Amino acid sequence: MRVELDEPKCVASGQCVMASPEVFDQRDEDGVAVLLEETPGAELLDGVREAVAICPAAAIRLVEG
Amino acid sequence: MTNRGTGMTSTANPADERTARIPEFPMARAAKCPFDPPPALRDEQREGPLRKVRLWDGSTPWLVTRYSEQRALLGDARVSSEVTRPGFPNQAPVKSGSTGLSFITMDDPEHSRQRRMVTAPFAIKRVDALRPAVQKIVDDLIDTMLAGPNPVDLVEAFALPVPSLVICELLGVPYADHDFFQSNSRVLITRDVDPEERWGAMKRLTDYLDELLGEKIAHPADDLLSGLVPRIETGELTRNGAAQMGVLLLLAGHETTANMIALGTLALLEHPDQLALLRETDDPKLVASAVEELLRYLNITHGGRRRLALEDIEISGETIRAGEGIIVPNEIGNRDPEVFADPDRLDLRRDARRHVAFGFGVHQCLGQPLARMELQVVYSTLYRRIPTLRLATGLEKIPFKHDGSVYGVYELPVAW
Ligand code: HEM
Ligand code: SF4
Repeated sequence: MRVELDEPKCVASGQCVMASPEVFDQRDEDGVAVLLEETPGAELLDGVREAVAICPAAAIRLVEG
Repeated sequence: MTNRGTGMTSTANPADERTARIPEFPMARAAKCPFDPPPALRDEQREGPLRKVRLWDGSTPWLVTRYSEQRALLGDARVSSEVTRPGFPNQAPVKSGSTGLSFITMDDPEHSRQRRMVTAPFAIKRVDALRPAVQKIVDDLIDTMLAGPNPVDLVEAFALPVPSLVICELLGVPYADHDFFQSNSRVLITRDVDPEERWGAMKRLTDYLDELLGEKIAHPADDLLSGLVPRIETGELTRNGAAQMGVLLLLAGHETTANMIALGTLALLEHPDQLALLRETDDPKLVASAVEELLRYLNITHGGRRRLALEDIEISGETIRAGEGIIVPNEIGNRDPEVFADPDRLDLRRDARRHVAFGFGVHQCLGQPLARMELQVVYSTLYRRIPTLRLATGLEKIPFKHDGSVYGVYELPVAW
């Protein structure tokens, strides 16, 4: 599974970092999300799914492949 | 056409019937259940996800009662937060010529352009670095409280100073001015205030922030307001725009968290088994989960997020027309039984992270990492350091902020 981040949509809420700190971080200059892991292992997927669900800006997607 | 069997009369026009039954909004809470949403709001939720209500000015915006429709609409780019648009479902009369309050009342792209100027200090890691300083503020205030009169008003002695000290430090606002900015903030967040008076309070606060910006231009420091100075110099932000942003951050930064501390403490005192969980744990996970559950349960920003439809929006079998108002009360979305089992039970162990207490969509609370951290420090410290903390009066004597756009208690007399 691959994580996609739609950066322009991100409102820097930090929700994804809270839900899945192994996969998401925030840029220093403006708090916009950055991906640490594009293809996270199975053990991290629950956290990523939570991030997808709570991202207020619908900026994160989890896709096949 | 469906007919629910009552009125077979030929004159019954469903549209008229609906108009006649439109309830007033906001609705009153039941006196005996100060933590629960108004019973009439629950009735509307049971009736359907999209209802109509009547506001102070006679207008009849949509009321969005269920969690999934609430998130869908707040996350929809076709809704506006610009309070000066004709037909916007405002909380109270607005003085003509007055504007909104910085980017919270703007739409994208301008909203996000301005918001991104101040997102960096609220990033999770930056906020976490402030935790020791916040812990010290909390410990010092508790020391002072324990050395002072018993009983005491927890709002005055603790709940208001914690977030005020923190936001002052972060923005670079002198805490010594707290009486001034707290009393003016209070005018802005009270519902039934004369528009002139509200405008006056807004003007005093904006002038105050403008003066502070002048000082930061002369003597830049390491704080958020000083960080706006280069933006003013490059023309990215007007000086007035920067002052308004300062007012928004100062206001949102202390009134909200203060009410979470005081109302949260009252709710915990009324649920001793839950209070005991917090008092006896040193598991940061349980503390974090308690903060999310109290946010879900308390809904201090009650009375609804307010929006205006910019285009026709089809949702759940209804059409919200362009130009119609939309009201989204998180106090009912967070009690949606489809999403939160046994929603009226305060259960600090439940996973409440999906709540909408910070709103949803592009305006979702900018200060949420800071609010969470402050509340984690407070809830994990106050009841452990004062294990005998109790209410010094009866629940029925506590003055609740029914008239505020931020819910909470005016006073909380406690003893130990
Ligand atoms: C527990 C405390 C808090 C609660 C419950 C809360 C709640 C909210 C809610 C519901 C919104 C959405 C408004 C809307 O959609 O129209 C919001 C926005 C906002 N909050 Fe908070 N807030 C809290 C603490 C804070 C703190 C500590 C700050 C710090 C400065 C802050 C700053 C803001 C700002 C600037 C916005 C506007 C965001 C935007 O329009 O993009 N809040 N808050
Ligand atoms: S949760 Fe969404 S909006 Fe928030 S920081 Fe992550 S990607 Fe950005």
